[in-house]
Amino acid sequence: MIDRQILLEKMKTSPYKPMKGKIIEARMLTDKEKFFRIELEGKINLNHEPGQFVMVSIFGFTEAPISVCSSPTDKGYFDLTVRNVGSFTDKLHKLRRGDIVGIRGPFGKGFPIDNMFGYDMLIVAGGLGIVPLRSLIRYIMHNKNDFGHMQILLGCKTPEEFLFRGETKEWMKRSEIKMNCTVDKADPDWHGNVGLITTLIPGVDINPTRTYAVVVGPPIMYRFVIAELLKKDIPDHQIIVSLERRMRCGLGKCGHCQIEGVYVCQSGPVFNYSQLSNFKGECHEKAA
Amino acid sequence: MKYAVIKKENLNKWLEYLRKKARLYAPRKKENLFIFRPVKDVNEVILKYIPTILPPKKYYYPQKEKLFRFKIKPFKTSKAIKAFEEYILFAVHTCDIAGIQCMDVVFREGPEDPNYLNRKDKMTIIGIECLEYCDKYANCTSMGNHVPRGGYDLMMIDIGEKFILHINSGKGEKLIYGLAYIREANHKDMLELERVREAKKKVFKEEFGASLTKIYETFDKHFDSEVWKDVGKRCVACGNCTAVCPTCYCFDIMDEMDLSFNQGLRHRVWNSCQMDDFAKVAGGEDFRKGRDGRQRHRYYRKFKYPVDKFNRYFCTGCGRCTRTCMAQINLVETINSLLAEEGELR
Repeated sequence: MIDRQILLEKMKTSPYKPMKGKIIEARMLTDKEKFFRIELEGKINLNHEPGQFVMVSIFGFTEAPISVCSSPTDKGYFDLTVRNVGSFTDKLHKLRRGDIVGIRGPFGKGFPIDNMFGYDMLIVAGGLGIVPLRSLIRYIMHNKNDFGHMQILLGCKTPEEFLFRGETKEWMKRSEIKMNCTVDKADPDWHGNVGLITTLIPGVDINPTRTYAVVVGPPIMYRFVIAELLKKDIPDHQIIVSLERRMRCGLGKCGHCQIEGVYVCQSGPVFNYSQLSNFKGECHEKAA
Repeated sequence: MKYAVIKKENLNKWLEYLRKKARLYAPRKKENLFIFRPVKDVNEVILKYIPTILPPKKYYYPQKEKLFRFKIKPFKTSKAIKAFEEYILFAVHTCDIAGIQCMDVVFREGPEDPNYLNRKDKMTIIGIECLEYCDKYANCTSMGNHVPRGGYDLMMIDIGEKFILHINSGKGEKLIYGLAYIREANHKDMLELERVREAKKKVFKEEFGASLTKIYETFDKHFDSEVWKDVGKRCVACGNCTAVCPTCYCFDIMDEMDLSFNQGLRHRVWNSCQMDDFAKVAGGEDFRKGRDGRQRHRYYRKFKYPVDKFNRYFCTGCGRCTRTCMAQINLVETINSLLAEEGELR
């Protein structure tokens, strides 16, 4: 039986009401993606887990789910990176430093960082996938002694599409991080790998049972990358993915983000491959 | 006093009394169909009706619910609903009461939904037990909802000259307490109730070709069934089935600005998983493309997913989805086709 007293308390506050978030930094990263640094009222911390998302509100234009791309170890603010793909994100792109947005969350299950303690990390980011992964990479960098080696594979369609360029250059310089980049289509200034991100995986040197592979990218990418990772003998539950869906409420009610019986906004967006295997056919990211 | 009786001739008197106690909603005729409406004239209340066009969910889960009021400059949010009012749902079928129980489970699951909980808190349900089928579309017997299974404050059962009232809560008891024309049921009334229930067993027969457990197992095995492809070919994606379903609760969020363009209201509005863009993301990927997949999803949300999650079937057997479907997609036929495919149709 539900405790009536507790229920009455819950009936007073609405989980639909956003907090006030002030944009303290806003800049274009490429011609399609904009970076926002947001400070909550009273400079309170968002207290999120790497991999969680928030619902960003612009009054009059409803709200949209956006991944947090800063680590919880970055205190006093949090970061978002948004690609201009629709009417809401177009409106969001017009906002500048000093503007106010509504924030609800954080929502969902983030990357299982506690389970990852002591393991080597293989991070595979395709395109925008680096956005949620940046929260994990920064977290690992801030808590480096909790984790083993970190390898990052980064892929984009073209060299202009790379996000966080300054930061990734820093990562490359660090001895504890091994980084490898590739583009689908090179330009004359590109000196790195050319080809899909899957081509980088056979060459990585890992101890599969001691490695967590974390994969985030466009829906089409997963099945191919996962197939390569399975060839490397990484156990299913150590292959971690984060799925994009159309979250509207974040509370496991509105139904938009559902994959079969699972509400991605509550049970995800982070899943492991063994969870993905349980889906019967509605999960696009799962190998057929 | 657990059972009371009221003579039919006193029913209108009682309705007048109820109308003064709280806002009273009851079924009445609309052309050749029925709808729940606030009672203005007690003579319009109808007790024998086929399930209303919309279930009473429109009162506890409104089509357009105010979530909060907002102001852009300066950024501010405030309550949109100051106080929820007491209301009575009168003559609710047992199938629709089962629907309310399903919604309870959904909205009480954390994170709890305060709008629903507040409306539910102010609700009093007076049910009515059906003694014969409303029409050929109902499948309440297979779902076990042709008989009362709790979830109400009072339940009315027609025993000829009188109604037996089963009192199921203190809230219900208060609505009959101290009324001269409602008395405690005696032994003879109870025998009459038994006779009515016994007669009912001859009328209500399971509509599906197998038990619910078998149906659940069949759903588990037949995700890629031809049945879904067939249903998908006929479906016109109008979303009628989900709008009229007492256990469909998917919604969308919508903002409405007032003329100042500086303040407005955020609403939650009913949405349907049958709509083309329901699972489409801004990047263009559609995660449930095709009417077959969307219809399958609707069925699985009645017979599989909620059973896994809440140990409860989310079909109440009201038959509304079949009654309203423009493409004659029939729930009982769909389930029986699946069972036939499995070789379980008895």
